[in-house]
Amino acid sequence: MASSNSLMDSLFQRSLEDLIKGIRLQLHGESSFISKSLDEIRREIKSTDLSTKSIALQKLSYLAALHGVDMSWAAFHAVEVVSSSRFEDKRIGYHAIAQSFNDQTPVLLLITNQLRKDLNSSNEYEVSLALECLSRIGTDDLARDLTSEVFTLLGSSKAFVKKKAIGVVLRVFDKYPDAVKVCFKRLVENLESSDPHILSAVVGVFCELTTKDPRSYLPLAPEFYKILVDSRNNWVLIKVLKVFAKLASIEPRLAKKVADPICEHMRRNVGKSLLFECIRTVVSSLSDQETALKLAVARIRDFLVDDDPNLRYLGLHALSIVAPKHLWAVLENREAIVKALSDEDPNVKLEALHLLMAMVNEDNVSEISRILMNYALKSDLLFCNEVIASVLLACSRNSYEIIVDFDWYVSLLGEMARIPHCQRGQEIGHQLIDIGMRVKDARRELVRISRALLIDPALLGNQFLHPILSAAAWASGEYVEFSKTSYDIAEALLQPRTSLLPPSIRAIYIHSTFKVLVFSLKAYFSAQDSTSSPLVEESTNYVSSLVNAFTYESISSLVDMIELGLCSLSGTLDVEVQERAKNVLGFTGMIKHKIIEKVTSPESVIEASRAVAFMEDVFSEELGPVSSTAQEKVPLPDGLELNENLEDLQEICGEFLKPVVDSNSNSFSSSEKISFSVAKLRISDQLEASSSSSSHPPESASLLAEHRKRHGLYYLSSQKSDDHDDSNGNNNNTLNEYPPANEILADSFNPKKKMNQSKPRPVVVKLDEGDDIKMKPDGSSNHEPLSRAIQTALMGKGKEKEREKDNPERSLDSGTKEQSLRKDKKTKKKNGEKSSKHRSRRRSDKDASAAKPVDIVDFLL
Amino acid sequence: MIKAVMMMNTQGKPRLAKFYNYMPVEKQQELIRGVFSVLCSRPENVSNFLEIDSLFGPDSRLVYKHYATLYFVLVFDGSENELAMLDLIQVPVETLDKCFSNVCELDIVFNYSKMHAVLDEIVFGGQVLETSSAEVMKAVEEISKLEAASNSISLVPKSVSGWRGR
Repeated sequence: MASSNSLMDSLFQRSLEDLIKGIRLQLHGESSFISKSLDEIRREIKSTDLSTKSIALQKLSYLAALHGVDMSWAAFHAVEVVSSSRFEDKRIGYHAIAQSFNDQTPVLLLITNQLRKDLNSSNEYEVSLALECLSRIGTDDLARDLTSEVFTLLGSSKAFVKKKAIGVVLRVFDKYPDAVKVCFKRLVENLESSDPHILSAVVGVFCELTTKDPRSYLPLAPEFYKILVDSRNNWVLIKVLKVFAKLASIEPRLAKKVADPICEHMRRNVGKSLLFECIRTVVSSLSDQETALKLAVARIRDFLVDDDPNLRYLGLHALSIVAPKHLWAVLENREAIVKALSDEDPNVKLEALHLLMAMVNEDNVSEISRILMNYALKSDLLFCNEVIASVLLACSRNSYEIIVDFDWYVSLLGEMARIPHCQRGQEIGHQLIDIGMRVKDARRELVRISRALLIDPALLGNQFLHPILSAAAWASGEYVEFSKTSYDIAEALLQPRTSLLPPSIRAIYIHSTFKVLVFSLKAYFSAQDSTSSPLVEESTNYVSSLVNAFTYESISSLVDMIELGLCSLSGTLDVEVQERAKNVLGFTGMIKHKIIEKVTSPESVIEASRAVAFMEDVFSEELGPVSSTAQEKVPLPDGLELNENLEDLQEICGEFLKPVVDSNSNSFSSSEKISFSVAKLRISDQLEASSSSSSHPPESASLLAEHRKRHGLYYLSSQKSDDHDDSNGNNNNTLNEYPPANEILADSFNPKKKMNQSKPRPVVVKLDEGDDIKMKPDGSSNHEPLSRAIQTALMGKGKEKEREKDNPERSLDSGTKEQSLRKDKKTKKKNGEKSSKHRSRRRSDKDASAAKPVDIVDFLL
Repeated sequence: MIKAVMMMNTQGKPRLAKFYNYMPVEKQQELIRGVFSVLCSRPENVSNFLEIDSLFGPDSRLVYKHYATLYFVLVFDGSENELAMLDLIQVPVETLDKCFSNVCELDIVFNYSKMHAVLDEIVFGGQVLETSSAEVMKAVEEISKLEAASNSISLVPKSVSGWRGR
């Protein structure tokens, strides 16, 4: 059966067309048909008959390209097929190779000879196949071995072959920079070709080369300039403009020189593609040339009002390039930009949005935000969130630099949460907390907004808003002293729908409830008897000013409500929630008891108020922002080996860790964990009495203080300077130290600009200014061998090459690259005349211009 | 440089896919799907450009054109001009129109080899080398002739020779 099958198959091999028809006939289960065909192909491709093999390979490459079938296994068969003498097979083979080979393909080197043979073929289409293949998969080895063939083809008399040979040079140079010595001269000669195909190809190659390493090609500026002036071919001109955009950005005098011809092109009635390229070149690289820029901006305006959405989009895109340096160009087109916000094209809308954000400053931020919020309400999910993200980004830039009225901004953040499509909860939540920590004056409004967010039951169902609720919960707990209705907040934090929240956020809710409770109790006790305890007295000053007046009834109903809300959580699965709920329950249990006892023994009230005061103290430390570079500033202690392999450590600790984990599960009964013994407090009371100097109560706080003293750098210490800092040599750059948590750096408050503002801008705590990412050094090292080869080729000096060889270490040291270059150029100048025999006059001009870049302009004239 | 050329129909079935940098087939399929999912959500009469950095890495642009049941897509980087690329799409389409006199999706489905012949004349290793559809036609016809000639050399039908080889 099997043998008859294979006989049938070899007699009637399915062609590619049969395969395609077969696939199209499958209504469902296309994949089973494909895998059946794949079995056929595997069988056929082993055939000794080359044309059977090649058809199988063709089917395979079809399936690979359009149905995602792996064809790497057939690499060797592709090599076989490509050796066929029939053109059709050869084409199929080369196609498969270009499609499926990569640098790691093991049989790659087997095609070197075949490629060489075909590159030398008299049939230009075979040559073309080989060139195409080389341009796709050329490796270092292939490029090296075939350089001489490529060189020969660069001199071909057939334009069809020559243009492809030029195209392949890009790959060859990239893989084998030494090919520059052989091929570069012929390549450059083609810049003067009169054949538009050749010129287009060679300019395209130089455009790619210049993108990677502009400096090396500066000496060729005169040739490019000639093309820029003479050519009337849009494709060629576009590429030359791209070359000049790169060159002009490193050689400003060139900008001045090319501005005129570019303006000339813009005034001519040229194709839109060329016109746009002119505009882009001007706005990106020649923006210091006033006339050119004005002309370009005028052309942009035409684009903005065009009917073609492509031109509108590109016009806005060009404006966004010019925006950072010449904002006037954007402001001039304000109306068109705002109009573009309601364009039906999402691209146009997005560009308009970016431009609008570029215009934002502290005067118009509220107006622009208002406009944008209206758009956000109306638009689709994607754009809505894009709008929100842009506003968030623009407003928070540089520590909320453009925000003067933080009350307004905080309420704007609250509004954002209510936009139905809003998915930027993470960022909004982050900013709410950040503002709370940085801007003292905004806290009252923050608490008000937080309360409004918390009591809105609709928000709880939207998971994108959970980070906002988390931030609101934290803020209303941390800054509860600014709230007028702490009872409401506790109620909101305990509402039944909080069960929709993920456990991590519920834990924050519970913790905030705790803070609210402590605050309320404190307020209650201090109102009760402000003179009974010196501890209470200390902090009554700010509490008394607020409206949180608690009676015995209201406080016990608050406590009851909290107990009721949390008791169901003490059995929850999530340990974090469970633990926090039990903490609070333990505390309420104790306090409640004492409050009720009040009638019988006033002693217990004092105890309770003391306990509350201690808790209050625990929460009283104000939190501040932490610099993003905090970790980097911790000096590496001597002897700490960060990069050492830690495997042995795990081995050593493995035994030790296990029992700890096991014992954890049972040894602590939950009641033990949450019990808050008053007796303990009493002891610490006595301790305190004996050492009156320390006002820090219980061990937790004192431990914290101890910890901070030791690791001062990790925290925002409240002491101005520790001797610890001095010992680390940090004292000399005090600016880079952390600002104390509760104080504001004097220089962070910039009493700038707006003196006539009705409301002064509140202080925003700013950490070190050096948060910016350090500029990376030029990534040119990748292209270094190529750049060196090009520069050497342009200098054309054998002597230079020799020296390069003698000094290989120079090439390794990228730091000295420029220096050595300059040296090369100088020596070149001296040698320039000697070698002028085989070079045209113009060429030596170019060399001189390379030696003294100052002269480029003169030579261009 | 051009990074990829794709044609797919309005149901998202790829009809032609060519990536000028090596990419594993799974990645290719993923990119094709990714591009289609963006394209099919675009309304008519909007711009032909897409921000595509999320799929093809930074400095990638995409232009597409919608013909009847087909999308023609070009992905390229910053060294190409957007409007020129839009014009470039016209070149293979014109050429195919000449090849098949009023090209339709079926022609493209069944002429895998010819499609690539046309494309390879226009885009060479990611660089645009030919923009005249007349020139492309000339080369493609030469290639077809060469293929036909190579077939007539082996007069014995391949299936029979395969059978005799056994």
